[in-house]
Amino acid sequence: MSGKPIIAARDLAVHFPIGGGLFGPKAIVQAVEGVSLDIPKGSFFGLVGESGSGKTTLGRALLKAAPITRGQVMFDDGEVSYDLARISRREIRDYRKRAQLIFQDPYAALSPRMTVRDIIAEPIEVMGITKTREATDRRVREIAAKCRLNLEHLRRFPHAFSGGQRQRISIARALVSSPRFVVADEAVAALDVSIQADVLNLLKELKRDLGLTILFISHDLSVVAHICDRVAVMYLGRLVETAPTRALFARPRHPYTKALLSAIPSLDPDHRSSAQKLEGEIPSPTSPPPGCKFQTRCPHAIDICRREEPRLEHSDAEHDVACHRWQELAKTLSTA
Amino acid sequence: MTLIKVENLTVEFGTDEGRIVAVDDVSFEIEPGKVMGLVGESGSGKSVTAKALMRLNPDNASYGPRSRITLQLDSGSVDVFSLKSTRDMRIVRGGSVSMIFQEPMASFAPAITIGSQMVEQLMLHRDMTRREARELSIEMLGRVGISEAAKRFDQYAFELSGGMRQRAMIAMALSTRPKLLIADEPTTALDVTIQAQVIDLMKDLVAEFGMGIVFITHDLGVIAQTADMVAVMYLGRIVEYGPVREVIRNPAHPYTQGLLRALPDLGDLDARLTPVPGDIPSPLERPAGCVFHTRCPRFMPGRCDAAVPGMTTVKPGHTAACFAVEDALVAA
Repeated sequence: MSGKPIIAARDLAVHFPIGGGLFGPKAIVQAVEGVSLDIPKGSFFGLVGESGSGKTTLGRALLKAAPITRGQVMFDDGEVSYDLARISRREIRDYRKRAQLIFQDPYAALSPRMTVRDIIAEPIEVMGITKTREATDRRVREIAAKCRLNLEHLRRFPHAFSGGQRQRISIARALVSSPRFVVADEAVAALDVSIQADVLNLLKELKRDLGLTILFISHDLSVVAHICDRVAVMYLGRLVETAPTRALFARPRHPYTKALLSAIPSLDPDHRSSAQKLEGEIPSPTSPPPGCKFQTRCPHAIDICRREEPRLEHSDAEHDVACHRWQELAKTLSTA
Repeated sequence: MTLIKVENLTVEFGTDEGRIVAVDDVSFEIEPGKVMGLVGESGSGKSVTAKALMRLNPDNASYGPRSRITLQLDSGSVDVFSLKSTRDMRIVRGGSVSMIFQEPMASFAPAITIGSQMVEQLMLHRDMTRREARELSIEMLGRVGISEAAKRFDQYAFELSGGMRQRAMIAMALSTRPKLLIADEPTTALDVTIQAQVIDLMKDLVAEFGMGIVFITHDLGVIAQTADMVAVMYLGRIVEYGPVREVIRNPAHPYTQGLLRALPDLGDLDARLTPVPGDIPSPLERPAGCVFHTRCPRFMPGRCDAAVPGMTTVKPGHTAACFAVEDALVAA
């Protein structure tokens, strides 16, 4: 995990116009705003946030599957390097081989009319990666085996499979073109707990064996804590904190991260969270509050938070936080 | 005192592909002011069990002949399966028993204001005048933490956020003063910070109103934070039952143990996640004998696939249905 990051985003913004037309002007949703982020090569990078935080849109933008309104996203896998905001059509085709997406819902993502073999083969056929049917079959068998699917499975249709097996098919399809960078968007959210661990372990193995970099988007902090080496926390389109997993969970700096961690229901029935519970809900991204986006729910908000938007700054090595008062709050917490 | 007693509940569904046993010989009791957690994965039968308490399962459901559900009301006890007419069913539907669902958007009629729906059910179940019903509804909306309750009263469900809708549904469910509240994955669709608010709210309301709650969820963390008693279900059967502390700290059944090992715990980031091997079998291919034997690390051929284990008492009040647990107790 050294050298250049595989993804380096600078001041990235993704805005969507909504509504408008006959009645009044269009509103703009700032789904992602001013995000700067490095994803180190070979990392299992977690991106967490609640609904409406912009985590899915950010993931899509990094795949060039959402329009980039402003800013720069550099992709560099050691072989090629692209600025996604200025990438040409031809380069996009190459980028699709190198960057792939694993979907959340393994029931919706697989066509019921195609055999598992055809589902997995489709991307490389469309991209023209393999020249002959034999070569395609060889590649499909190879990646299927890595995803713990056997030859028998390849002849069947998706309806014959359970949720966990379907997700392994989705993963094989995403990996068949040998991508370097994979975005897994809530890849285990639809799975039962007893199955979820199996898919998580598989993703870990594949990352190691195939030298992948994975952006793991999830609302589930305990899953992220177990599988990711770095985590970024989003709120209302902004990055509020990013750090190595252990540092983030041991010493969360941002009041939102703290609240998020304390909101996870503990498995210990006698553990009553003493931390401050958040009031209210995430504001609408069409009318974000001025200043810090979290100020409407933050128990520590003061004047400056309502006026000025905090920038992401280093707190210590590799630990960045966007909060006007993080230093002050870190002190009061450590003396308390 | 027991509020509701479920005995030998069996629910089957006739489908095009065959008969499905969704709930198989399930028994439990709930006391007033207590929260009983029903935890299980897809196909475990937890929702069908809950719906049976109000006889809300669809028409292709049939109940086993030994199934009994007895509800203890101030006016005496009611045998839920003996209720025939829709009018009689109103005693349990929305009257003494209320239900809240995972997706609040689906429970509110989209074209009627939240207020009129609350008022309608109050006039029906509590014999109130429109004015009284309106006052109580607004009070309840305020009680569950909805700001500007009088304004929200006149709004439609789509105008509220997800967390707000879930609160409105809780307000509506509790305004008839039910003896029993059935909550089917009430926090699953919510973000964690909102989930924490709703869990706190439900705890406060139990303390204040003293109703019993059946809390259905797939999330053991939520169970640990809300329930007094827990029943772990797998493929239609209760495999383990007991006080929540006991079951989570000293799980006896291999399935409960497996679930807890598969669950990422923030307290121990180095623990390896251990999946329960295999997949949940299709309800059309329910395994014979113990329903968990196809995935069980303690499977004993010729025994676990031949007979259904009965409930063994591990400790007073804590039971599990497993031959290996039986053997260990005999040996000890």
